[in-house]
Amino acid sequence: MPIELHRIDDRLIHGQVVVGWGQPLELRFLVLVDDEVAASEWEQELYRMGVPPDMRVEFVSVLQAIERYSAFAADPKPGMLLTGDIDTMARLCAAIPALRRVNLGGVHHRAGRAQKLRYIFLTGPEESELRAMAANGVEISAQDVPAARVIPLTQLLAGEALA
Amino acid sequence: MSEQDVRPAALVIGHKDFAAGLVSAVTAITGRSDLFRTASNYGLDTRATEAMLRDAIADGVSVIFSDLPAGSTTMAARRAQRDHPHVTVVTGISLPVLLDYAFAAPGAAHAADAAVEKGRAAMMVTRGPARAD
Repeated sequence: MPIELHRIDDRLIHGQVVVGWGQPLELRFLVLVDDEVAASEWEQELYRMGVPPDMRVEFVSVLQAIERYSAFAADPKPGMLLTGDIDTMARLCAAIPALRRVNLGGVHHRAGRAQKLRYIFLTGPEESELRAMAANGVEISAQDVPAARVIPLTQLLAGEALA
Repeated sequence: MSEQDVRPAALVIGHKDFAAGLVSAVTAITGRSDLFRTASNYGLDTRATEAMLRDAIADGVSVIFSDLPAGSTTMAARRAQRDHPHVTVVTGISLPVLLDYAFAAPGAAHAADAAVEKGRAAMMVTRGPARAD
């Protein structure tokens, strides 16, 4: 079974991921791709605390994720791959031809970012990075929880989703 | 000194309006509005939530009550706690937990532990009596 969701979410492992998506998709593993977390036992322990006992979590760097992606995708159980920012997901998409669909789950307010949705704020360079990913064949849409409307990237960047 | 002169050292944080709702219930039951500060992670990433909690700690908060153990509020609280070992973080809270803490003696060392036990004990499932037909 392929990885069910490739998600960009700056909160990484949290309620929407573990409960909101985890339960309906019956997720059994999470792949958290973050160089900083992959290098910190303390951060890993913190995130592990939020994961239910029947869900496995793998902490990997970007390079490790690229190397091990085929194995993750071949896992018979459903899983989710998570990055905390757009740049990390863009690097994965560039290196992994099989990664062609991305979920924007949460990119929150920060100085320099403009609001696109209640849960999506982007800088100019982040917008450009998303456009470049889409131009390379990656299907990108925003959806924070399964019950929410799916917003395609074009609609999101046009600001139509805020109206 | 009025009750409003002393800022509470306990803060409740949660998703959306969770904290405000729960603390409003505490106020309705106890008549006290000075027991807990409230905060929300709404619209914030984990780092911004952490910064907000660090500010609260710098302002005297020593106990943080958070909603979901897996939630970003708890993650942020644990990160802030790392540099402030005197801070206690309590997760999975409910109204019975806050009420027990509210009625504990001020400064009681084990007030948070006792409140958690009270919260666990308050949970139950009841079913109606079996019907003859």
